[in-house]
Amino acid sequence: MKRVNVIQPKALLKVIAILVPLLLSVNGLVFAASGQSSDVSKNSAAAVAGTAVSAPAAEAAHGAEATEGEEKAGDVIMHHILDKNVLSFEPFGEISLPKIPPIAGIDISITKHVVMLWVVSALLLIVFSVVGGKYKNLTPRNAPKGLANAMEALVEFIRLDVAKSNIGHGYEKHLPYLLTVFFFILFCNLLGLIPYGATATGNVNVTLTLSVFTFFVTQIAAFKAHGVKGYLKHLTAGTHWSLWIIMVPIEIIGQFTKPFALTVRLFANMTAGHIIILSLIFISFILKSYIVAVAVSVPFAIFIYLLELFVAFLQAFVFTMLSALFIGLATAHEGSDEHVAEGAHH
Amino acid sequence: MLTSGIILLAGSLLSPNPGLIFWTAITFVIVLLILKKVAWGPILNALEEREKGIQASIDRAHKAKDESEAILRKNKELFAKADAESDRIIREGKDYAEKLRADLTEKAQVEAKKIITAAKEEIEQEKRRALDVLRNEVADLAVKGAEKIIKTTLDAEMQKKIVDSMIQDLSTKRN
Repeated sequence: MKRVNVIQPKALLKVIAILVPLLLSVNGLVFAASGQSSDVSKNSAAAVAGTAVSAPAAEAAHGAEATEGEEKAGDVIMHHILDKNVLSFEPFGEISLPKIPPIAGIDISITKHVVMLWVVSALLLIVFSVVGGKYKNLTPRNAPKGLANAMEALVEFIRLDVAKSNIGHGYEKHLPYLLTVFFFILFCNLLGLIPYGATATGNVNVTLTLSVFTFFVTQIAAFKAHGVKGYLKHLTAGTHWSLWIIMVPIEIIGQFTKPFALTVRLFANMTAGHIIILSLIFISFILKSYIVAVAVSVPFAIFIYLLELFVAFLQAFVFTMLSALFIGLATAHEGSDEHVAEGAHH
Repeated sequence: MLTSGIILLAGSLLSPNPGLIFWTAITFVIVLLILKKVAWGPILNALEEREKGIQASIDRAHKAKDESEAILRKNKELFAKADAESDRIIREGKDYAEKLRADLTEKAQVEAKKIITAAKEEIEQEKRRALDVLRNEVADLAVKGAEKIIKTTLDAEMQKKIVDSMIQDLSTKRN
């Protein structure tokens, strides 16, 4: 065992010693050739980048286009982040999505992100119908296995640590919404990280819709918990009537800033991660150097990619957590008073 | 490059797309409804059931422990009681035996004394009767001897008086 440890750094040094001059020479050759025919460089660059790291292969393939001009890099990155009407499977071609004529002035044609949403929905339905089916046959005496067990860990986490601890009494009502939102966002985030995938949650329209759902759920829960009178009283935040002219607008604005913060947080996090990965890859294309690709772009892109995996879980959790927190804040106020009153009666 | 990126960011990253909002809403609501029916119901039920089952098992275990402790305590009490009972019975038996022995001894002694006194009395009576018989015999012998002597020498009356007085003397002296 010890001998292996001694040999390994030496072997690594040898590999680097061979690789660096090789890359330097290939660098010169390819970019000399790229002047004559951009087509050749495009393909070879795509092939080399593709073998270097498989995950952002599609991005690398796109990146090859950027060798034509530096100002294009930003365009290509945005092309990846933004929604569009085609599903591109870069080396193999692309599928144009059907245009649906506008209904009531709204263009409801299907876009890349809509397709991703549907893929996510299909995955969710498949995974959870399998898991749910397993639970139907499960008696309390035997334990779940495999996929059911893995999903149970997440479900139990959302149930206890997110819903129960933030909403408290009556949390069961909101569990389906919170669980769906968590897994929906999680799957969207994760699907954006696989080749040819797109992050639907990196689109502000999608996150806005989800946070509007949270907004409605929160408001309905508040109305149900307090009634109209209690809800209006809640808006005054319990202050003296002379302060109402300040407090009421602040509270009303506060109702809307919460979903707004949710929207921007999720959208910005998912978009930023992708922009960073693409930018790191593009550094090598802008500098036209394989050394930069091997030493900087690919390792850092892999690092950010792993970070993105973590962020995918984190942001799904944060969105769900904050939704639960807002529901809890909207419902718990009066509830805690009731508890105090009950305590006093007893 | 930077400028174009910034312009694109401002231009289209935040641009509203009602179609996408519409599709997101529809998709999410449908997924929510289906999952609620297909997955969350059974899973949450199973989790709650299991939670209750675990709680019930813990409760049962606690109850069983309490019960067994109570039984142990009761057993100990019973054991102590039985011990005391057996002690008492042994003591009582000993006491009774002691008393019985004392009674029997006393009775036997009394009986023995009675028998001894009765025997002594009988012996005394026998002795007295034997003495009487002996006395009569002696008197008769004496009288017969004197009669023979007197018949031969003096009259019988005179002699008898003398002999009687002599016998009287003997008896008084002896007594």
